Amino acid sequence: MKTGTFWILTAVTVAVVFALSRLVSNDYFFFASYLVLQYIVLSTAWNILGGYTGYLNFGTAAFLAIGAYCSVVLHKLWGPPIPVLILAGGVLAGLLGLGMGYLTLRLRGVFFAISTLALAVVLQTLITNWDYVGGSRGVYIIRPQTAPLIGSYIQYLFLIMLILAGLSIAIARTIEHSTLGYGLATIRDDEMSAEASGVPTLRLKLISTTLSGALMGMAGAPLPYYVTYLDPTSGFNLTFAVNSIAMPLIGGTQYWLGPLIGAIFLGTIQQVATVTISSAVNLLIVGVLMVGFVVIAPNGIIGLFERRGRGRRG
Amino acid sequence: MTDLLLNAVASGILLGGFYAAVTVGIAISFGMLDIGNLAHPAFIILGSFTAYILNSNFGIDPILAGVLVIPGFLLLGWLIYETYYWSFERRGEEGLRGLAFFFGLLFITEVALILIFGVDYRFVEAPYIGPSLHLGEVDLPLRMLVPAAVSVVLVAILQLFLSRTFLGRAILAVPQDSGALRLMSVNPTHIKRIAFSISIATAALAGSCLIIIQPVEPSIGRDYIGRVFAICVLGGMGSFPGMFTAAILIGIAENITATFYGPSWSPAVAFGFLLLTLGFRPTGIMGR
Repeated sequence: MKTGTFWILTAVTVAVVFALSRLVSNDYFFFASYLVLQYIVLSTAWNILGGYTGYLNFGTAAFLAIGAYCSVVLHKLWGPPIPVLILAGGVLAGLLGLGMGYLTLRLRGVFFAISTLALAVVLQTLITNWDYVGGSRGVYIIRPQTAPLIGSYIQYLFLIMLILAGLSIAIARTIEHSTLGYGLATIRDDEMSAEASGVPTLRLKLISTTLSGALMGMAGAPLPYYVTYLDPTSGFNLTFAVNSIAMPLIGGTQYWLGPLIGAIFLGTIQQVATVTISSAVNLLIVGVLMVGFVVIAPNGIIGLFERRGRGRRG
Repeated sequence: MTDLLLNAVASGILLGGFYAAVTVGIAISFGMLDIGNLAHPAFIILGSFTAYILNSNFGIDPILAGVLVIPGFLLLGWLIYETYYWSFERRGEEGLRGLAFFFGLLFITEVALILIFGVDYRFVEAPYIGPSLHLGEVDLPLRMLVPAAVSVVLVAILQLFLSRTFLGRAILAVPQDSGALRLMSVNPTHIKRIAFSISIATAALAGSCLIIIQPVEPSIGRDYIGRVFAICVLGGMGSFPGMFTAAILIGIAENITATFYGPSWSPAVAFGFLLLTLGFRPTGIMGR
């Protein structure tokens, strides 16, 4: 399938899903779906760096929170509409991603992964001590009751996240089928030989970290309006990091479809578990599934089907 | 002002001594065996809770409790290494998936503890929790002094074991040249299995030290991820003297930060150190 066709198809899918969602009148459906969609964006973004390039990012929460706190600041300053906030959050988180990209110059493997975790804690400490955005007490955001044209505000947030999810999937698919994607794959498989064969590894890694970070920041920008109360502990919650790693690993990290499947699968299970059992149990489910999949099915759900398909052919 | 500073430095040194006990397991698993065991802090909390159970139910001294559960922790380490070896190391996939594996273990351990014990802070009782030694203007609380002493003993024993026994030297040889080790008819995988089990066993003692110093709740383990890796890297990965120096340095830095700028800044100290070390001097302060 051509890349252009895929973009059009994604846009059509987004429109159809939104049109179908208009039939649902229950607000809870939109609250729950918003979270699942947010995880589609986060895990797809994580996969651009983790799955395609082979660099493990434990700092998803930092990028998400940068986007969210950027919105808080702008909201307090003059309160622009959400698309502007998303753009601003994306730019800021993209710059942070660019900075993280320069870390890859010296750090690989475990060291890179741990320093992304360190980045998240340092940023959290800064935000905790910054009174303008509420400090450790947190900050309340009063959101409008309704949005123009759409009606209920939660449906407006749902539509925004749906568009972001479509956008990130289309971007991931485009990368996969471009020279950029092949370049990133060579870095993942053997960075030394890639460098030796003339692949501009640093430039490709910088593109990858910036894109991945920007998408995470964009996903975080509407967050204050969704939760209406944001504090550093919830904004920088490690749950975001573990989920955005678990979802691609469970779905499969090779293709754009993997994070999508993983996010829908795990996100839905978690919503159900949170409602029916408890929120502690849903973290246990994530942990167990992630460990189970990396041990038993290293290529995720997609890998399971691929192996079966290959078996039938052979 | 000076007595504040003196006290901050003195308790920083004690805190650093305790951090050495927390880090020594990582220094073995990550520094020597190259296994990025992110879940180590969670096992330390597990150690705190086993000490809590033995202390509150049977009145056993927490340090003694830490020693008593070492066989269980050795077994746990053994099982984890087996899983890790068969799923990742043997296939040469230890990088990305191995890390995700340990990150998952961190969460499973933490949530399992939350489900069993809840999120309440737990503490132990022992005669040395409470009184302090007074040396002029400096107060040395015994609940800090005892863990620091335990830590020194633990690290000293491990250092002697590594440098004086055949098994210990074999462990040191694994990261240097496992091919040569094979020629000496030693199986590197077996050596790594033993060494990793030992690294997890240290978490039992580190955990009982932790619960002597402060009340423990399952998720505080996360605070230690940064500290242990910062100290390990800053100390030059596998070196124990370097690790001790780095631990005391970070202990003092955290305490001074907490005293003069407020405790809300101290989590960033270790991670700040880590980022600076990784960025500018990845071989650590005593690296070769």
